[in-house]
Parts: sequence; C-alpha cells; structure tokens
Amino acid sequence: MSARYIDTEVGTRLPDHAFRLLRVSGIRYCGAATDFTAIHWNERVAKSVGLPGVIAHGALTLANSLRMVTDWAGDPTAVVEYRTLFTRPVVVPDDDDGVLVEVTGVVTEKLDANRVVVALTVQVADKTVLTGTRALVQLS
Amino acid sequence: MALNRDFIGRSRTADEIYEVTREKIREFALAIGDPNPVCLDADAAKAHGHSDVVAPPTFVTMVPFRLGAWPLTDADFGKRREPFIVHREQSAIHHRSVQAGDRLLLTSTVTEIREIGQHERFTVEHDISTEAGEPVCTLVDVAISRGTAGTGDAR
Repeated sequence: MSARYIDTEVGTRLPDHAFRLLRVSGIRYCGAATDFTAIHWNERVAKSVGLPGVIAHGALTLANSLRMVTDWAGDPTAVVEYRTLFTRPVVVPDDDDGVLVEVTGVVTEKLDANRVVVALTVQVADKTVLTGTRALVQLS
Repeated sequence: MALNRDFIGRSRTADEIYEVTREKIREFALAIGDPNPVCLDADAAKAHGHSDVVAPPTFVTMVPFRLGAWPLTDADFGKRREPFIVHREQSAIHHRSVQAGDRLLLTSTVTEIREIGQHERFTVEHDISTEAGEPVCTLVDVAISRGTAGTGDAR
C-alpha cells in the first residue's frame, strides 16, 4: 500500500523501521558497491587506525534507512533527493546478532507537485548515527 | 602529508561508461536488504510504469567507486592509508531514475579542500549523466582526512 500525497500532512509519521547489520552485510555491500575499504571488513586494519572495530559503510546504513521511505512511498524512484551526515561510526560486532539500527521518520514539509520532505532519525542504542537525514519524496 | 590544494576545482571524466544491468541492480538491492520487486523483476517494474528494473536511491554511490574512485586513487591527491579517510556527508539529487540499460558517464570535481582543526575536509561533486548529456544524478560526497592538516605539501 503506497502513501498518497492527499493523505499526507506535516507531522505524518512513517511506519517505524529497524534492521540489523552483521559482518556479512558489510562484506556483501563491499562487493555490491565495489568499495573494499578495509575498515569495513578487516578488524586488524580498523583497530590499527584507532577504531573500536569493523564499522559499517555509512552508505550502507543510509541505504537501509532510506528503505523506510521507499517502502512507504511504494517505489524506490520516489526518493528524488536525499542528504545525510555520517556523525557516529556504526560498529559491527563479530557475532551472530550484529548491530540493531532503528529508524523513525516524519513528514516535515508538504510541497507543491505532490512532493513532501521526510526527516529520518537513525539510532543505535538510542544514539544518533546519521544526522540531518532528509528525503525529498515524490508521491502519487 | 596534507592533501594537494591544486586539486581544488580539478575535474576528471571517467574513461569508461558505466553500463547499468538488471543483475547489478538486483545485487545492489539485495545487499542493502531491499526486496522491492521493481528492483528485482522486470515484469514487476513494467507493471509499476517503469521500462525496466529501477535502482534504489543510493545505487549511484557505487558508480564513482567502480569507475576508479578518483581522486582517492590519484597518488598526487595525497590520500594516505593512515591517517584514514572517513565519509562525513552525502547528498544526491536525482534528475531522473536509474534503470537497467542506462549507460552512464561520470564527471567528478573536487570543489573544496580545507582544514578543520588537525583534520582536512574535502568535497567531491559527481555529475552523472547519460552519454547524450542528459543529467541523471548530482551526487556530493564530503570526507574527512584525519590528522593530515598542516603536515606539509603532498607534492
């Protein structure tokens, strides 16, 4: 069921979204994105540059978070603009549970031409990991 | 070594075309945990009004890596393995959707390098278009080069 512009107001809250990132998630994204930066898969290298451990690609956390919006809008091409700051590294533990990322979203602007702005809050253990995340969404 | 300020304003057009395929969109969508059928199945995409499977909004972030990761891979730019580079910001403006069959041209421009305390911040704007010059996406990446400020010239 896709969100409709006519039913959307400033303050409309999107269905909450959560996902887990495991070590294999990062390795899979390395291949898909052809970004093999070692801090995303190699604990030895990550620790050698002062990180607590392997960290997720910021773009992977962002991509998973934006699914909240594309699922809500019903089409991935509905997100016509987005922006974010990667403010806190997402450490991916070497276990079977990985790290849980929780996302909430709310409509902050209703624009012309069936467009709205959604602001996302993206947190790990109640700490914000992506800041200022906004998506400009084309609804039907 | 500090990053090479001569790169500010410098552009590079990748010497390869990026060919968007159904399988790459599918691989990327599954890697980000997105099972939306319009990314995976051409018939579902057509039923949704697209001419073929369409890419998730962050698919374009992969194109600069695939086409050489300039300027990070340019020895004159001054990136070192240690201290390391962290991704700080990203924004994208999609002028139109990306779909299987697209042939994309990438031009990357270094728009900023400046010091922030002991670190350096640099911005690269990636302009992605079709071979015919139709704008597809403007992608902007900001990164921090940790601990490289005031450490001499990269040249």
